[in-house]
Amino acid sequence: MLFHQIKCLVAKEIKLEIRNKYALGGILLYVVSTIFVSYLSFKKVINPSTWNALFWIILLFASINGVAKSFLIETKGKLIYLYTLVSPQAVILSKIIYNLLLLIVLSGLCLLVYSIFIGNIIQDLSLFLLTLFLGSMGFSSILTMVSAISSKTNNNFTLMAILSFPLLIPLLMVLIKLSRNAIDGLENWDINFLLVLMFLNVIIIALSYILFRYLWRD
Amino acid sequence: MNNYQQDSSIEDKKSYPSIRLDIFSNWWKIISILLVLYSIIAGLLIKVPAQPILHETIRNLFFHVPMWFSMMTILFVSLWHSIKFLRNSNVSSDIMASQAASTGMLVGALGLITGSIWAKYTWGAWWVADTKLNGAAITMLIYLAYFILRGSIDDMEKRARIAAVYNIFAYIMLIVFLMILPRMSDSLHPGNGGNPGFNAYDLDRNMRFVFYPAVIGWILLTVWIFTLKVRLEKITQKILKNE
Repeated sequence: MLFHQIKCLVAKEIKLEIRNKYALGGILLYVVSTIFVSYLSFKKVINPSTWNALFWIILLFASINGVAKSFLIETKGKLIYLYTLVSPQAVILSKIIYNLLLLIVLSGLCLLVYSIFIGNIIQDLSLFLLTLFLGSMGFSSILTMVSAISSKTNNNFTLMAILSFPLLIPLLMVLIKLSRNAIDGLENWDINFLLVLMFLNVIIIALSYILFRYLWRD
Repeated sequence: MNNYQQDSSIEDKKSYPSIRLDIFSNWWKIISILLVLYSIIAGLLIKVPAQPILHETIRNLFFHVPMWFSMMTILFVSLWHSIKFLRNSNVSSDIMASQAASTGMLVGALGLITGSIWAKYTWGAWWVADTKLNGAAITMLIYLAYFILRGSIDDMEKRARIAAVYNIFAYIMLIVFLMILPRMSDSLHPGNGGNPGFNAYDLDRNMRFVFYPAVIGWILLTVWIFTLKVRLEKITQKILKNE
């Protein structure tokens, strides 16, 4: 039942996104133009720390812009319609899954364009892609939940930034450590960071699953 | 589901403790004053082991560390009441959760200040880019965002509900920042990253006799401040309601 609802809602989100392409196109263009601006000012970057930091900053801001709208654009009427049809768990999980798909596309494109313009210095690509996937998952779950919280307030765009930055920082610290390992291609890196990343993802998704039903109704 | 019940204790006069000092119900407040006084006096007077670099600043253990113990305790109280609010939608639980969080910010700020003064005399800087220090600072930011969130919702019931949800997230991040991340990376902070904590020294037996009472005393004092803030907030709400 829940699975079926989630499937329908994700399909609905994807259909909506494909019908008005401007939102998806806008966010992809945002990534490409940010990277191009960095390229114009940095040219090639070979210092691993700078490369890493720049990559995650671009991806962080693109993700916030991409995911922020997920609840902020929902109209009141549409939400009331959803209350009558599906369970709150289905709504939040479908949003998280949809945003995960969006962020996977976004981070894939970001990595591709970034390596073309700024240069590719990654030595352990598989670890980097794994980090990117887990990062997208964490970003999508935290940002979806924060978007749900801030859509209930009066000044929601300001609050989106205030609430999401501190909550994202632990995730970002672990991601930067892991991707630095992938760039350096170290043989024996600390597996604990991967475990903490997975733990964070699991706990945030579990909390969203439990707590969303207190959020969605006015 | 969430009918906003007016808490009976706001109406009920009996729930306010009487002004006269009642030794039997307020014994823990007296103990907290005695323990904090003892920890301040003994903390400045007892003989401490002479360690290189640390010297007399080792006494900061009696003032800095109890603040973080108190903060963790009072923020757990805040989390507890937030969960309680989501279960029973009682306005009293919301007042307790928000006041516990603000008391937590008070002791957290004291912890940052005492730590910063200590750092100036041992590391030579007010602030260093360290995992534990940055984690503490970001934790404060997360909880300050909690108050901004509360301020930006007008409807009382909605504010309490959404703030409670955010508070649960905030406490999880606090655990990650103060408990997990500092243990995983190098840190200058004593007790982390291979630096010895105070229990590493054999000589410190008599420091324990001050440290543990200081922790208990400050936790009790924080809880006392919290109960006062809750009473003040309840009276304020009552006045606003009668206006």
